[in-house]
Parts: sequence; structure tokens; C-alpha cells
Amino acid sequence: MAVSSRNEATRGWGNLLFALPFLSVYVWLLVYPLLAGIRLSLYRANLFGGEHFIAFENYVRLFHDRTFLQALGNSLMFVGLTVPVLVLLALMLALSLNRATRFAAFMRSVVFASSVLSVTVLTIIWRQVLVPDGGLLSHAAHLLNLNPVPFLSDQRFVLPSLAVITVWWSLGLPMILFLSALQQVPRSVYEAAALDRATPWSVFRRITLPAVMPAVILVAAYECALQFQVFGQPQLLTQGGPNGASRPLVLYIYETGFNHWDIGYAAAASQMLFALILIVLLVPHVGRWMAGRWLIGRRA
Amino acid sequence: MSRVRGRRVWQGLRYAFCAVMLILILLPLAWTVFLSLRNNVDLMRQAPLSLFGPYTLGNYGELLKNRTLFRWFFNSMVVSGFSVAGVLALSSLAGYAFGRLHFPFCNWLYAFVLMGLAIPDQSVILTRHHIFSTLHWHNTYLALILPGLSAPLGVFLMTETFRAIPKGMEDAARLDRASPFMIFWKVLLPQTVPAQASLGIYTFLLSWNDYWWPLISATRPDMFTLTEGMAAAQTNYAEVTGMGVLMAEAVLAGLPVLIIYIAFQKHIVSAITGMVKL
Repeated sequence: MAVSSRNEATRGWGNLLFALPFLSVYVWLLVYPLLAGIRLSLYRANLFGGEHFIAFENYVRLFHDRTFLQALGNSLMFVGLTVPVLVLLALMLALSLNRATRFAAFMRSVVFASSVLSVTVLTIIWRQVLVPDGGLLSHAAHLLNLNPVPFLSDQRFVLPSLAVITVWWSLGLPMILFLSALQQVPRSVYEAAALDRATPWSVFRRITLPAVMPAVILVAAYECALQFQVFGQPQLLTQGGPNGASRPLVLYIYETGFNHWDIGYAAAASQMLFALILIVLLVPHVGRWMAGRWLIGRRA
Repeated sequence: MSRVRGRRVWQGLRYAFCAVMLILILLPLAWTVFLSLRNNVDLMRQAPLSLFGPYTLGNYGELLKNRTLFRWFFNSMVVSGFSVAGVLALSSLAGYAFGRLHFPFCNWLYAFVLMGLAIPDQSVILTRHHIFSTLHWHNTYLALILPGLSAPLGVFLMTETFRAIPKGMEDAARLDRASPFMIFWKVLLPQTVPAQASLGIYTFLLSWNDYWWPLISATRPDMFTLTEGMAAAQTNYAEVTGMGVLMAEAVLAGLPVLIIYIAFQKHIVSAITGMVKL
């Protein structure tokens, strides 16, 4: 029963067996739940059984639901607060640390270190920085004779505070991605620029920036997708409060599904999240395609 | 000569920026360690704390008496350990199939797997929860481990790794009529060890730090992972333990991942940069 020909050995159905273990878990626990969730979003359903088909009523209800719209707004706001700062700071760090000194290596390690902590450790740390009684910042305010600010219980400060925490937590990943983009530039390019007595600014504008630009766009899209999924920071630090001012989409889905057991409705909200993430992940690809067409049009 | 001066100014700005960032990053961590070394009476007094003590290791001593904490730690080890083993096994097999072999629809299937990268765990949670409910698998290790195995990132990384092995590696073995599995096991798998290490450590951190799925699946405190337990600990520390102990718990919970990070930094970086090839 030995394999009769080389062709058969590399082409037969039998080879599918190697991928089958993964494919079955993948379909069972990711693809099927996604499709079943889309179906569920068209039903009125609670966790105790009892489903009936209502087509798009859940979606219509979402857009009349103040709490949902507030959560959607909070998520968009949170992405708007975190992603630009993250990208800018990470880029500045990558540009400063793209060299072979010991200090740069140490700094790179420190910047990424906070990213390996879990969200629950993150919130333990930051609560004791931010709370008005006994927090690190309130100690600082005391020294400067200022009044401590209730960062987490004031509607105006709560989202920005969560954004600061998140930036502190997430700088490592974009920095590493930018560094790896910067290291793709051959040294000889910079050496040639130095021979031509190019100014640092023109080196940055003509060599460095074009080299990292694709990474910047990719990282921005990826971070948008990631920050739309924010959950632990508000759930643990503020429970979405005060007055829902820090409740993002995922916390809304969690509360609707697992506290109110309104799972058809929560599934509809989940699809909105999925759609948002799909859109931000597709934007760079569509953008590249459009830019390509634009360039071709200009050249003609 | 103004160019030299300009460069000095830039150099100065760069160092200033790095110094500020260094302080901002380290200060909250230092504050946590500082609080964990103070006794609870001082912490509850609401008066400003003096930098000069008194310091104590009492909070850490208190932790050693805490049985649940060790249980959570053990749960996390089990869940993360099996997640790593499972992800490596499934991803390597699938990566070999997609990167090295041919079968009907293989490119379509690979594209189908890659589409999964865009599906966030949060948007499948209700039906995933339902699957485990009907099986009565919540509050088991199996339930904590399995969903992590459905993520396609590992398959992507492994397919790229297997593809990058020079063509013809397996020709001699094939002439000897070795089966596809023997070629995988004896010839190609040993070539992928560095990539296995990267994916393994990355998976370990991801699984260790996961909060979302354990929160939903493990509802019994004895089945909490350490990450989930830290959430329970911080919402009711005031009545149970006191803040100093909570801070010591945070230090202890953060330490294993920080040690793994420091020891395997290169692997983590290469796992992350591997993802951008997409």
C-alpha cells in the first residue's frame, strides 16, 4: 500500500487530514458561532429558550436605544482618543530608539514591558494612581496645593483617563512594528543621503517617512480594531459609569447578553461591532487600491 | 557649523523625550511596588505616605497563606500550558498542509482560514457561550482551553514558516518512500523550532492574560484563572484583605509574565513582526 507516485503523495485528499484538526475547531468555535450569531440577531431570544423570528427588528431597536447609541459614541470617542496618540508616540519612540546603543535596547524593553501585563493587573495599578483619596496623582496634587481630581467619577475625565491608561498599556506593539519597518531601510540609503549632505529634515521626509508610512497605516487600522474591543478597563474601573459615560460597545454587549439575558438583541449589537472592525481593517486595503488607481490615472 | 548645533538640539530633544517616557512608564509600576511594601494601617489612614517607611513584607507573607491564589495560579498554568501545546500542534499540522502539500481546494481553504483573523472574540461570544452551556462544559479546563485553539493566527504563522523552508528538503525522504507524516515529523518540523518558540510564548502570554472568555465561562471561584481572580480580588479587597495585600497580589500576578517577557523577549518580538507580513 505504499504511495504509488510522487504526484499522489503531494496532491491527494489524504493531505487534508493534516489541516482537519484545526479546521474542525475553527469551524466549530469561530465560524459557526459567527454565523449562528448573525442568525440569532434576527430573533427575539432570551437565555431560557423561546425564540421567534423578527427579522431586523433588533437592529431597528438598537438605533432607537439611547444606551446603545451612547455606547457606540463612547467607543468611537475612545478610538479617537487612543489611536492617534498611540501611533504618534509609538512612532516617536521608534525613531528615537532605532539605534544599537544599550540605552535604546533598555528603553525598548521597558516600553514593551507594560504590554505583557493583564488587564486586571493594569487596572489594579492604575486605580491606585487615579483615585482621589490616596492615589499617586492626588499625592502629587497635595504637594502642589491643588485639589485632587476625581478622574474616574467625573463624566468629563473618565474616557480620557481610560485612554491614558490604554496608551500606557499598548505602546509596545506599535513601537515594535514601526521599528521593524524602519530596519527594512538599507543603511546604504542613509549613507548616500549623508554623502549628498542632505539635511536631517529632508532625510526624514524623503527616506524615513515613506519607509514607515505603510506600517503607520496598517498599525492605525489594527489599533482601531483593537481599541473598538476595549472592555476590561471600563468594566473593572468604572463599570461603565458615571451615567454610562465610559460604557463602550463590548461592555454594552456583555451587559445586555449576560446581565439582562436579552441575547438576540445582544447578538445584533455584536454584529455592529463586527461590522465596525471589518470596516477599519478593510480601509487600508481599499485605500491602497484607490491610491494605485489614482497614480495610474495621473501617469496617463 | 549650525548643522552640528542643530544635530545637538535634536539629540537633546530625543533624550528628553525618552527620559519623560521612561518616567511615565515606570512610575505607576514603582508606585504599585511601593504600596505593596506598606502596611495596611498606614494605607487606610488617608494621610500622605512618607517615602521613608516603615516598610514591611507582611503583605507578601499574607499572600502565602492564601490558598485560592495558588489555586488560580495553578489553573492559569494548566490552561496556558495546554493552550500552548494545542495551538502548536494544530497550527504546525495545518501549516504543513497549507504550506507544503497540495489537496483539492487548498488555496480556498487557506483563504477561508485567514478570513477568521477579522472575527473578534467579542462578536461570537453569545453563541460560543451557548455551545458550552448545552455541553455542560462551563467551569471546566476544557472550556477554558478550547476557544483559544480556534484562532487562525498560529496557522498563518506556521504556513509562512513551512513555506519558507527551502524546496527539496523532503525529496530524499520521498525517494525513500517516507509517508507525508514522517516527512513532517522527521524532516520539516525540526526546521521550524524557532518559529514554534515564538508562537508558543506569544500564545502563552495571550492565554495567561485573557480576561474576556474566563470571565464568561468560569463562574466558580475555584475555576478562575489568575487573571480573572485578580478582577474578583480588586472589586472586593476592602472587606476581605486590604489594599496592601491587593497591591502585593498585583505584583505577584505581574511577575511571571514579566519574567517570561524578559527571558524570551526576542521570540515575542519575532512573533509580533511575523504578523505584519499579512
